[in-house]
Amino acid sequence: MDLFWDLFMSGLTKGSIYALIALGYTMVYGIIALINFAHGEIYMIGAFTAVIASIILGSPAVGLTGWGLMFAVAGLTALYAGMYGWTVEKIAYKPLRGASRLAPLISAIGMSIFLQNYVQLVQTQNFLVFPDLVPPMDFLKPIAKIINPTRFAILLFTAGAMAALTIFIKFTRLGMAMRAVSQDQTMARLTGVDIDRIISATFVIGSVLAALGGLLIGCSMRQIDFYIGFLAGMKAFTAAVLGGIGSIPGAVLGALILGFAESFAAGYVSNAYKDVVAFVILIIILTFRPSGILGQPQSQKV
Amino acid sequence: MPEAAIDRPGPDGSANGESSLPESRQSGNSQSGSLQALLSKSPQEARQPAEALSPQLDASRIVLETCNLSMVFGGLVALDQVDFRVERQSITSLIGPNGAGKTTFFNCLTGIYPPTRGEVILTAADGSEIRLKGLPPDRITKLGLARTFQNIRLFNNLTVLENVLIGRHCRMKAGLLGALLRDRRTRAEEREAADFAYELLVAYGLDRSVNDLAKNLPYGDQRRLEIIRALATGPQVLLLDEPAAGLNISETRELRELIETVREREKVSILLIEHDMSLVMTVSHKVYVMDYGRLIAQGPPDEIRREPKVVKAYLGEE
Amino acid sequence: MTSTPLRPFARRLWTETKAAALAALWISLLAFPLMILKINNLTGALDPQWSRLPKLAVAVFLGAYLWRFLLRRRSFSAVSKVVAEAGGPPPAGPRPTWVDLIMKTRRRKPLLGLVLAALLVLPFFASPYVVNVMITALIYVTLGLGLNIVVGVSGLLNLGYVAFYAMGAYVYALLGHYFGLGFWLCLPLGALSATVMGLLLGLPIIRLNGDYLAIVTLSFGEIMRLVLTNLGVTRGPRGIPNIKPPGFFGVDLNGAPKAFLMRTVDLSPAMDLNKILIYLIILALVALTVVCVFRLENSRLGRACLALREDEVACQAMGVNRTRAKLTAFALGSTWAGLAGVVFASQITFINPSSFTFMQSVMILSIVVLGGMGSIPGVIIGAVVLILLPEQLRFFSNYRMLIFGALMVMMMIFRPGGLIQSAREVYRHQPAGGGSNDGSSRAADGDTGHRPEKQAERRPAHA
Repeated sequence: MDLFWDLFMSGLTKGSIYALIALGYTMVYGIIALINFAHGEIYMIGAFTAVIASIILGSPAVGLTGWGLMFAVAGLTALYAGMYGWTVEKIAYKPLRGASRLAPLISAIGMSIFLQNYVQLVQTQNFLVFPDLVPPMDFLKPIAKIINPTRFAILLFTAGAMAALTIFIKFTRLGMAMRAVSQDQTMARLTGVDIDRIISATFVIGSVLAALGGLLIGCSMRQIDFYIGFLAGMKAFTAAVLGGIGSIPGAVLGALILGFAESFAAGYVSNAYKDVVAFVILIIILTFRPSGILGQPQSQKV
Repeated sequence: MPEAAIDRPGPDGSANGESSLPESRQSGNSQSGSLQALLSKSPQEARQPAEALSPQLDASRIVLETCNLSMVFGGLVALDQVDFRVERQSITSLIGPNGAGKTTFFNCLTGIYPPTRGEVILTAADGSEIRLKGLPPDRITKLGLARTFQNIRLFNNLTVLENVLIGRHCRMKAGLLGALLRDRRTRAEEREAADFAYELLVAYGLDRSVNDLAKNLPYGDQRRLEIIRALATGPQVLLLDEPAAGLNISETRELRELIETVREREKVSILLIEHDMSLVMTVSHKVYVMDYGRLIAQGPPDEIRREPKVVKAYLGEE
Repeated sequence: MTSTPLRPFARRLWTETKAAALAALWISLLAFPLMILKINNLTGALDPQWSRLPKLAVAVFLGAYLWRFLLRRRSFSAVSKVVAEAGGPPPAGPRPTWVDLIMKTRRRKPLLGLVLAALLVLPFFASPYVVNVMITALIYVTLGLGLNIVVGVSGLLNLGYVAFYAMGAYVYALLGHYFGLGFWLCLPLGALSATVMGLLLGLPIIRLNGDYLAIVTLSFGEIMRLVLTNLGVTRGPRGIPNIKPPGFFGVDLNGAPKAFLMRTVDLSPAMDLNKILIYLIILALVALTVVCVFRLENSRLGRACLALREDEVACQAMGVNRTRAKLTAFALGSTWAGLAGVVFASQITFINPSSFTFMQSVMILSIVVLGGMGSIPGVIIGAVVLILLPEQLRFFSNYRMLIFGALMVMMMIFRPGGLIQSAREVYRHQPAGGGSNDGSSRAADGDTGHRPEKQAERRPAHA
């Protein structure tokens, strides 16, 4: 039974991280119908930025520790992630708005390759040790066997982010504008919505979430390298498609399902093939229900 | 200008295909004038078909028929028990207010949606009946139903000739092996198809643009090309979805001539969805009127223009 | 403030400079943590690389000028397209580059013949290293042309093409390793297995829309790699060694024949006759592929695929069976990858899953897209550029992938049609009964009997 709970928690944690990344994918796809291949790299860049930030802010010169350090690092990471996301959109995607479906996709792949190699070249191609930024939480001591502070932080953050995002989309003007643009860009523009701003906002929000996910995964795994973005990005996109691309609750649902499936497969079936699980699920879902679990089937007007 | 068309005598006997309609009618654009004014023009301006069709429908002359056709999307009834008949080599029009279900009807006929209930029956040249319901669109086209679309759907980055050649696809046989080996039979087939397509273009006036990309054609020519492409499939019934949309008066007149030429040259039956009343009233043998998915009137153009239900459907209650 | 306004040029220069400075500032700020503050792996401390900062700032500053200039030029051509749609004159199309000029010249056929002849004799005069590189380039040309059938003609975005490549390679390697089967027997077997795999994979996914298709094929490529790594019989990362090169009528050329030639014509011992054989095989394969792809594009099937790509609904309404056409194209494309895979295995004599990664698929896709989708010369040139050039520019090798990624982005923005845009065949009407109605004897002209020629006025099919 211990194994089960262990796998369960592991799956839950993994699923939460995938959810943070998947949200970015699903939002961007919902708004401009683009698979943002570079999104996984933002996750990776977030992790790297967090390491650098923690070195600076944790150094004797600045001297932050505990929660202060955590939030400061998170803030800096979020800031930079947003900047990266904004810049990537402006350079690689904005000039291609209105082009064929293929061009932005290729551009996204190119951007992903560029960012991966950029980090590899300017930092290191080896693994990098990631500090544990999550401060110890005494109240968790009794259930320390099930959950540790880092995992708790991941779950808490993801739940909070989900809630905040849902409220944002539903109740703020910007959120409403985002919904409008994802439904009908032309009409939204005609009613005075600044498309550029909305699209940029979408990218920024997604990037922030992904990057903080990168920070958290760093705390959990204690090491990162320039390649983590690719695999995590693929799986997160799978999760988004599984739940229904364009649907925010769908992205989280898909991510959790994926996390659990992977975790249990690794534990009960075979560790080597755990990565295959994600891809097999994707193929099955797209064959039988292309719109995903919570997605609307897209119909074409003839 | 389509030189081919001008030399043919128009169906109403005029020597150079010019319309015999008086000037006042031509200047009254159906898009700006009121429907009532249009419908109340005197009957002598309606075109008399070259072959008068008998008022009772002779069963052997029916090429396409729907029985009790219904289409329900979730809670929305788009088509409600539609009984529709198209006579062989006639021109039948379907009119009705926007949202009445006309394009949905076409989509059911051509297999884009399988109808919820009812039957679609195509009568082949040898008299055999084929049920079309549930068949995929490419099968239906091969059986003899071809269509154009409300929003022009050409293959923009292919040439005019290639667009027409695609129409010929279902009448050709060469497959993968033929494509790779390019044997004598395949080459002959390609040549014949290209000739056939070119002749169609000549007949309907687009031969000058044969190598232009479809997206570079002017709007009127694009509409024409779509019709020619549909004709290349060798259909028995040609479905035209609002072919006059976006055309001005003289272009609509050319379209009218085109439709009549098509009927004579290809010996097809034509089914037309249209909003342009001047076109509908002058070209049709029979008109069906649809409102809210249901047929509310049918008959020759004269009767329809006088039918109060039709006026009410378009203009509402007084 | 002076009362005389600055001349427009000076004003423009000032605006551009401000924009460039802003861009340099922004990028410097953005890249500061990652680029400047390098983490020292061993100590965990920061190792600031201050010297990078001015280099970056200057590079971005200058680059911004160029970028903005190119973007402005691009938007002019976009405007002329809008004008054309509104009924004005059609746009002039992309300005002909030197590549187009070469393609148009009258002496194209003899030039091509010359190139072919040169390629045929090359291996006998060049070093084994050069021969090896050429083999790799030709393999990628085959792969590019094969993927072109899937992506360029049919619009099916296959991001896992490498899986079929791996299939061919592993079939030969395994059959040779476990059963001792030779190259010539495995060539059709490898191709066939790739075809079958293409049919099986293609069937469920043919109805998917473009982006989803991309992701599913990508997943499949990854599944293939993972299975190859973990399946016992494929020996995982240890790979399969000692793959035999092809024999010439059962004879190993590097054995007795080479000894004979060394005695008689003083053949240099460094020459690798097996490699030369492989070279000639792949050259023949490329020639075959070019012919097949060319014929395909101007056939009923090829047209149907192109039209399906333009508008699926209209195409089906014209009587084209979508599933059959797309599946055929997909499986056909896979077959070529299988063939290339067998040759690849025989070339490098040792394969393991790391030769078949997503990056490979991206490479092949780039060859097609950057070379010119649907254009045969484009794909060939794309393969040459992407494979041979990095070999020449060795000192860049660290930055190779970086430049590659940036290139992909830039090509999509500034020249999405690729290096050589594909053009549609031009139809010339000849009345029946006159002249050469049997179709010209050259397959390359497309035998419609009407002598269609690719004339001087190429009509770019994709902007």
